Amino acid sequence: MELFTGETPSVLGIMGRFIRKRLFNILSQGPIPSHIAFILDGNRRFARKNKLQEGDGYKAGFLSLLSSLTYCYELGVKYATVYAFSIDNFRRRPSEVQYVMDLMLEKIKMIMKEESTLNSYGVGVRFKGNIKLLSEPLQIAVEKVMKATAHNSRFLLYICVAYTSTDEIVHAVEESCKENLNSTDQQELEKANGTANSVIPAEKMKPFSDIKLVELERNFYITQDVDVLIRSSGEKRLSNFLLWQATHCILYSPTALWPELGFWHIVRAVVDFQRHHSYFDKKKKQL
Amino acid sequence: MPHSFSRVMSLTSRAQIVNRLINLFVHHFLRLLWHFLHLLVSLWYLQVCLVETTESYLISTRLLKDYKALDISKVQYLAIVIDSEDARQISKVLQLLKWLAVVGVKHLCLYDSIGVLKTYKQIIIEKLNNAVLFEELVEKGLPMDSEKMSLEFASISDGKEAIARAANLLFMKHLKLSKSGVEQKELVFTEPEMDLALKALGYRGPEPDLMLVYGPVRCHLGFSPWRLRYTEIAHMGPLKSMKYGSLIKAIYKFTTVRQNYGS
Repeated sequence: MELFTGETPSVLGIMGRFIRKRLFNILSQGPIPSHIAFILDGNRRFARKNKLQEGDGYKAGFLSLLSSLTYCYELGVKYATVYAFSIDNFRRRPSEVQYVMDLMLEKIKMIMKEESTLNSYGVGVRFKGNIKLLSEPLQIAVEKVMKATAHNSRFLLYICVAYTSTDEIVHAVEESCKENLNSTDQQELEKANGTANSVIPAEKMKPFSDIKLVELERNFYITQDVDVLIRSSGEKRLSNFLLWQATHCILYSPTALWPELGFWHIVRAVVDFQRHHSYFDKKKKQL
Repeated sequence: MPHSFSRVMSLTSRAQIVNRLINLFVHHFLRLLWHFLHLLVSLWYLQVCLVETTESYLISTRLLKDYKALDISKVQYLAIVIDSEDARQISKVLQLLKWLAVVGVKHLCLYDSIGVLKTYKQIIIEKLNNAVLFEELVEKGLPMDSEKMSLEFASISDGKEAIARAANLLFMKHLKLSKSGVEQKELVFTEPEMDLALKALGYRGPEPDLMLVYGPVRCHLGFSPWRLRYTEIAHMGPLKSMKYGSLIKAIYKFTTVRQNYGS
C-alpha cells in the first residue's frame, strides 16, 4: 500500500510485508501470472452491510485496490487491469456517477503527487476506454498521469474507464479500417508519384487487403491476454469486461465484497493459476 | 606475503562455496514448501469434491427441498462449453443433453474450442428424439419452436474470426458508400451495425443467459466475445464426473441471481 500512497509503513506493516515476501518466495517457485484483472464489485453492498454512506464504500474499495495492486507488484506480476467504470455505469443515478468521477479525479491528483515514487518503482499508469465520454477536467488529468509515467514499464496498471468489451471491439474495427484506408492511400500516392515498389507490378497491388485478426487485436485498448480475472462479490458474469482477452484465463469469483478482498484471495488466485498452467499452455498450442 | 594472500583466497573461495551451498539448500527447501502448499490445496479441493458429490446425490434423490421447484423459463438460452478432449466422450455428451431435455431446457449452444462437437452434430441430432439444428431453423427462417430442442454447434472460429469477418464486411460497406458518392462522415461504426454484420454472415445465435463449463477450470475457452456480456458462467468440473444433481443446483442458483446490468 505504501508503494502507492507514499506513507511510512508501521511496525505491523513491516512484519506483514516480511511474512508476505516469504510466502511470495514460496509461490515464485512456480509460474506467476503475467496479467491479472480485477472487477471491483460490491462497494455499495459493503457500505449497506456496514451501515456506511454509499461514498464510504467506494473509499474502502480504493484502499482494497491499493493493497491488491501492491501484492501483484511484489509477486512479480507484470500487468494489472482494473474495471473502474463501465459505459453501463453511466446509467446509474447522476449523483452517484458524479461522486465516482470526483473520487477518480481526487485519486488521480493523489497519484500525481506520488509521481517520483511511481517512477522509482517503475509503475506505469494507463487509462483505457472511451476516454472522450469523460468530463474535460478528468480527460486532462488522465492524459497528465499517463504522460508522467509513460516511460515506466516494470509494472503496468491499466485502469478501464468508460469501457466495455463490445465498445472496445467496435473501436478496434474502426482503427483497423482506418489503417487499411491509410496504407492504401499511401500505396496509390506512391503509384501516382512513380515511387511505388517496382518489385511488385502495379496491377498486382490489391486495392484493399482484408483486415486480419492479428491487425484487429493490435488495435484493442488492452493487447495482453489475461491469465487470471478476479470478480469479487461472488458474481459469476464478466459484465462486458475483457471478453476477448479472457480466452485462456481462470475466472475466479470469491464471495468477498471488493473492500473485503485481501491477501489470501490473491494467493488463492495464483495457486489456482499454477495448478492449471500446463492445461492452458496445451490449449494455447492447439490453436 | 604470498602465504597470507593465498590464505585470504582460500578463505574467500571457502566462503563462496558455503554461500553457494546455502543458496542451493534454500532453493530446494522453498521448492519443497511449494510442493507441500500445492499438496494441501489439492487435499482441500478433494474435500470440496466429496461434499459436492454428497450434495448432488441428495439433490437428485429430491431429499433437498430447495431444488424441487425450478423455474426453467428463466433460462432462455443455455451455452454448454466442453473441453475438446472431454467432448470426444460422445455418450457423456448425449447423457447431458438428455438430462437437459428432462429439466426442460429448449434452446442451447454446444461449444468446444477445436470443433469436435461439430463433427458429431448429425449423430447427436439423430440420437436425441426431439432435436433440430439451430442453423436449419436460421436457413429456413423458422421461429425457435418451443416444442423441439434447438441445438447450435459452435467452435472458436465462430468467435474472434467471425468478428474479423464482420469487420471486413463493415469495411466493404463503408467503401461502397464512399464510391457511390454518398457523403461519409468519419469512419464510425456502432454496436448495432456490428450485430447486423454478424447476422448477415450467418451468426444469429443469441447471447446465452447461462453458460455451464465442463472442464478442469472455469474458463469460456474462446466462446464468442460478442455474445458473453452478461452471461452467468458456472463451472461444473470435468465431463467424466458430471452429475445430475450438480446440473440442477447450477440452474437453480442461476434462477436466484439478480442483475443490475451496470446501473
